[in-house]
Amino acid sequence: MNKVIKYVIIDILRNKIVVAYTIFLFIISFSVFSLEDNTAKGLLSLLNLILFIVPLVSIIFSTIYIYNSSEFIELLLSQPLKRKQIWLSLFSGLSVSMAFAYLIGTGIPLLIFEPSELGIIMVIIGCLLSIIFVAIAMLAAVSTRDKAKGIGVAILLWLYFALIFDGLVLFLLFQFEDYPLEKVMMLISAFNPIDLSRILILMQLDVSALMGYTGAVFKDFFGTGIGFIVALLTLLLWVYIPLLLSLRKFKRKDL
Amino acid sequence: MIEAKNISKSFGKLKALDSVSISCNSGECIALIGPNGSGKTTFIKSVLGLVVPDSGEILFNKKNITNDWKYRSQIGYMPQIGRYPDNMTIGQLIKMMKDIRKMDADNSDEELIHNFQLEKIFDKRMRTLSGGTRQKVSAALAFLFNPVVLILDEPTAGLDPVASEILKEKIIKEKQKGKLILITSHVLSELDDLISQLIYMQDGKLIVHKSIEELRTLTKEQKLSKAIAKLMIQSAGNE
Repeated sequence: MNKVIKYVIIDILRNKIVVAYTIFLFIISFSVFSLEDNTAKGLLSLLNLILFIVPLVSIIFSTIYIYNSSEFIELLLSQPLKRKQIWLSLFSGLSVSMAFAYLIGTGIPLLIFEPSELGIIMVIIGCLLSIIFVAIAMLAAVSTRDKAKGIGVAILLWLYFALIFDGLVLFLLFQFEDYPLEKVMMLISAFNPIDLSRILILMQLDVSALMGYTGAVFKDFFGTGIGFIVALLTLLLWVYIPLLLSLRKFKRKDL
Repeated sequence: MIEAKNISKSFGKLKALDSVSISCNSGECIALIGPNGSGKTTFIKSVLGLVVPDSGEILFNKKNITNDWKYRSQIGYMPQIGRYPDNMTIGQLIKMMKDIRKMDADNSDEELIHNFQLEKIFDKRMRTLSGGTRQKVSAALAFLFNPVVLILDEPTAGLDPVASEILKEKIIKEKQKGKLILITSHVLSELDDLISQLIYMQDGKLIVHKSIEELRTLTKEQKLSKAIAKLMIQSAGNE
């Protein structure tokens, strides 16, 4: 198992995109913190940037990588290796590279400027988010044979999680504003890993006090230890379920 | 050694394999021929587990290959179009394959690597290689692990005459060691001195599986290419 992971990681590192992505994250993180004199403000701006960029790069890079390594997968499949092993190695290789890029690019500046619990939480969530979108990308890539279509699906998925989902939620909120939706909102947020990450981090910031009643309900739940763990587990489910589905599809795929 | 029982496979409407039953024994060198799209490659890929048949079963050494993967350690496969990771060099690729197969230097068969003089270009990246050099790498990889079964999909396509001759000699040598060799090819004249059995497929169906002697007496032709041409015309006439 480790051998295949090793070759996947070497291959990804040879591909300069990940290095460029790391440097890009590093520059952004540093400049955001240098621009704002207040670290809390810097954190908020950085949060919004990260919640857009990390999923986008993760999902698109992984999808393209899976399509481009179809030769590699074919080669491995004619060797005495299990399909499950090959697929999980690809996933691990991609996850490690994306999470590592985030860890270096954003993790280091974050921990320099905000060496607190909050900084650590942000690092963990960024890594988790990277891995979640690797898993989603693998599901998108295994579902369609056509490369252009697969990348299109990946971009659409990102758009959905980053923008459309919020639009839908807002629409729902306005339609049912007469009803108490705070608890429902908590459940709905579990269906979008980006939203869930945003809430998790916002709850650690003081700005959550400005978010009205919904914010208070959220703080009541996500601010506590149990709520935090439930949210983290939900994020882990977001890794597990797409990965499991993609693995099941890959096992039956013709190459 | 390899036994396929009634395997069928469809890609959408196209029936690539239509209840094909083939049994292959070690020591044979079997040519798999047929027009383009007759299901040869699909059959080979089913044996390798790259394609999962819709129905039927394939036995390798009397063991069903579904959900098995260890049997592939006994197969050397040379694909029709060798596709390899672009960023790897030939040397890295060969090293990686040895690593994955857990091979030592002693029990690997590097004859083809020497004969094709691949060492000289070990640091060339795969994406810069010509089609023919790629074929050489594919061939070298297929023979590298001393497998009991060799599956060669269009082995000589794209190779220059010298390389093609080297490969043919190697195939004959391995055949004499009692290995099972499956070859698909379009260049019939090349197969003349290699093969001992012939499988002819058309539209996903197995039409003929006979030994060369039988075939020669049947069609009364000495040259393989002529015998096969006769066979093709016959089977076309029957429809």
